[in-house]
Amino acid sequence: MIQTASIEKTACYHCGDDCLTPAYYVEEKQFCCLGCKSVFEVLSENKLCNYYSYNDHPGVNRAHIDKRFNYLNEPDIVNELIDYKDDNITIITFYIPQIHCSSCLWLLEQLHKMNPAIHYGRVDFLKKQLIIRYNHHQLNLQQLVELLYNIGYEPVISLQDIIKKQNSPAKDNLVQKIAVAGFCFGNVMLLSFPEYFGISVYEQTFKHFFGWINILFALPVVFYSGRSYFISAWQNLRIKVLNIDFPLALGIGVLFIRSIVDVAINNDPGFTDTLCGLVFFLLIGKYVQKKTYYHISFERDYRSFFPVAVNVITDDVEMPVPLSQLQTSQRIIIRHNEIIPADAILLKGRALVDFSFVTGESIPVSKTLGEIIYAGGRQTGEAIELEVVKSVSQSYLTQLWNNEAFTRQKDNNAQTFSEKISKYFTIVLLAIAFGALLFWLPFNASKGLAAFTAVLIVACPCALALSTPFTMAAALSIFDKNLFYLKSTRVVEQMAGIDTIVMDKTGTITNGDLNGVELNGELTTLEKLLIYSVCINSIHPLSRMICEHLGKTGRLPVSKYNEFAGKGIVATISGHHLKIGSGDLIFGYFKETPGITAIHILIDGHYLGYFSIKHNYRDGMDQIARLNSSYDLLLLSGDQDHERNDLLRFFKHSDNLHFNQSPQGKLDVIRSIQDKEHKVMMIGDGLNDSGALKQSDLGIAITDNVNNFSPGSDAIMDGRSFKKLPLFLRFSKDAVNIIHVSFIISLIYNLIGLSYAVTGRLSPLIAAVLMPLSTVTIISFTTLATHFAAKKRNLL
Amino acid sequence: MSIIYFLIGCSVLLALVFLGAFFWAQKSGQNDDLYTPSMRILLDDDDNIPTDIISDRITKQEEKSD
Repeated sequence: MIQTASIEKTACYHCGDDCLTPAYYVEEKQFCCLGCKSVFEVLSENKLCNYYSYNDHPGVNRAHIDKRFNYLNEPDIVNELIDYKDDNITIITFYIPQIHCSSCLWLLEQLHKMNPAIHYGRVDFLKKQLIIRYNHHQLNLQQLVELLYNIGYEPVISLQDIIKKQNSPAKDNLVQKIAVAGFCFGNVMLLSFPEYFGISVYEQTFKHFFGWINILFALPVVFYSGRSYFISAWQNLRIKVLNIDFPLALGIGVLFIRSIVDVAINNDPGFTDTLCGLVFFLLIGKYVQKKTYYHISFERDYRSFFPVAVNVITDDVEMPVPLSQLQTSQRIIIRHNEIIPADAILLKGRALVDFSFVTGESIPVSKTLGEIIYAGGRQTGEAIELEVVKSVSQSYLTQLWNNEAFTRQKDNNAQTFSEKISKYFTIVLLAIAFGALLFWLPFNASKGLAAFTAVLIVACPCALALSTPFTMAAALSIFDKNLFYLKSTRVVEQMAGIDTIVMDKTGTITNGDLNGVELNGELTTLEKLLIYSVCINSIHPLSRMICEHLGKTGRLPVSKYNEFAGKGIVATISGHHLKIGSGDLIFGYFKETPGITAIHILIDGHYLGYFSIKHNYRDGMDQIARLNSSYDLLLLSGDQDHERNDLLRFFKHSDNLHFNQSPQGKLDVIRSIQDKEHKVMMIGDGLNDSGALKQSDLGIAITDNVNNFSPGSDAIMDGRSFKKLPLFLRFSKDAVNIIHVSFIISLIYNLIGLSYAVTGRLSPLIAAVLMPLSTVTIISFTTLATHFAAKKRNLL
Repeated sequence: MSIIYFLIGCSVLLALVFLGAFFWAQKSGQNDDLYTPSMRILLDDDDNIPTDIISDRITKQEEKSD
């Protein structure tokens, strides 16, 4: 016990972070911050300290303590959030990203012990959701959320309710369809065995019985499980598209009719086992193609980032107002850590706005009274008052969503391999089928019909339809293991077709962390004071970094000040003449060392050294730069071009670097590249990239925490995997090659079957063996080949 | 050998019961969350789980399908 106590002295008992101060100390337990300590106190008061016995340090750090949930008293907002309500009880589902261990699960399901008004809490661990049923007479929503907040599990409440979308049941009932198809397939197989082993002459009545009972089993398979193929084929025919569902529907239909005819007229066993197996395997293929990530949403837009309500001041009274009802000329109050939801003019207070979500720039920007602050910034420091000048949907950032790129369905423009091939496949298939019919018709009409139907049965592209889903599902799970999450299997094929890669700068190729500033040279206190006094006047990010590096030293009045864009500052302070900036400014001409940005200092004609700023580019930026032999690499940044020289080593030409791009400008650049018939991949991270992400053929949002906000995109990449991007690109090409090979394999099976079919000699047994055999070959080939390719690329 | 008619009838009926049971389980949301119960079983629980959980789930499902 003594040993563990001494270890726990440094780590916070609640969250496990290092305790920097011994100030938070209760019951011989050390905490890192007031937030963690208060959670412990709430739990110990309610005798729920078992929470700490299941896991060490189960909590999540709670350094931020600001709770403002009074908007949850507005009936309009409450009704939007709850799932169900009657006279006494309310049921609500919360999304709580902090859920991560069994202690979380245990505690959240013990809520009824803390407040008797709560009937129960139920956790869905993978979705990170909590369903709560409570009595709304004894406890209102605000109190409930505050209770969750007090125990360290603040739910994410946003306008765009991701939870409800995720919980809505799948419309297509795929699992039920598979169950029915599998059930019928199994029974039909069993009942077909007697026929294959031979039924003796005096048992011929059984033959009839088995045939009809098989037809009976085929009914739900065709009309329930297989219905979607007929619907899809018909819908596509009407818009004059021959997709893969057409030959499939044709195959299913022909199998069914031929089986009925065989059983009723010819007293043959029919093809019902092939039919049921076909539908069953096809549906399995559909199922594996659907991959759901419970904790990730690809559909986020500004609404999931903005708060639900904002405090509006009318006649000196503060009232929470839902964001949708916010109007221009209203006065709003924004406190520390709150987000400014609409473009507004600063009226009161000292604004220091962090635009990192919007631009990726991590240094807060200070704003003066009367200045317009664009929506999306997060206020840090004291409370400010603003007057709204544009409604939420018309604000500078959010109006991007009115662009046509956001309304058009983009999945339609990129055809997948199977879509391209199935058109020709169908035409050839029909040609062979009619050829066989016409060949036999003059001699033997019944044989001609038999050959015609047999061709359609045996060439039914089951293996073709399965090769894409199984390859892509395997590829998706390999990407998943490498912290790269794709929205759908389609994205893999889109990735293989990319020829241009466009990247955002801040937050995408650079880390979110502050860049490292280092002083090369010796400075006296006075000199430091002088430099600080000059740099504090500049809003240039480099000046800000220097100020941050020097720390607060005090400030001298500046008598003369001149800032040259992209070069530096020349200033005079209390008789001293200062030049701070690039080598060009100070020496006239200077060859900078590549890889670092140097800011040289010249005071009264003496060169005192320089500040070097190392850019924290993400790991693997060098490997990505090497992609430029096969891809066009471009940079699209919202920042000033002060890093242009550094970035030139990654991007071939200066023309490939675009700076000072507005969100709309980024979208337009992508579109102009696409107009030159290029396939563009965009990698970005902030809300300002969302237009470009949407417009591009493949938008990848990069984030350091997948539970955090990331703009809507086709794929989400964890920042740690950024260096693997070249491997991902190569692997996606491998996956497409595997699909091509498996297509050839399935063609070979089709040719074997066709050789039987055109002569009209296709027996049900051959069909029943050939179909599952080809399916199993394709499934095992695609799965094994994908894993092998992943091993080769070091992704496993 | 006529007994075969009866036997096949029985076996199909039995299989249909299982299919029906699966449909019921699917509809009542028993397969919605396949992960959390595996963790929940490891936690000590000194009191009973509230009984209205399943019934709520069913009413919610019905509302959604409406």
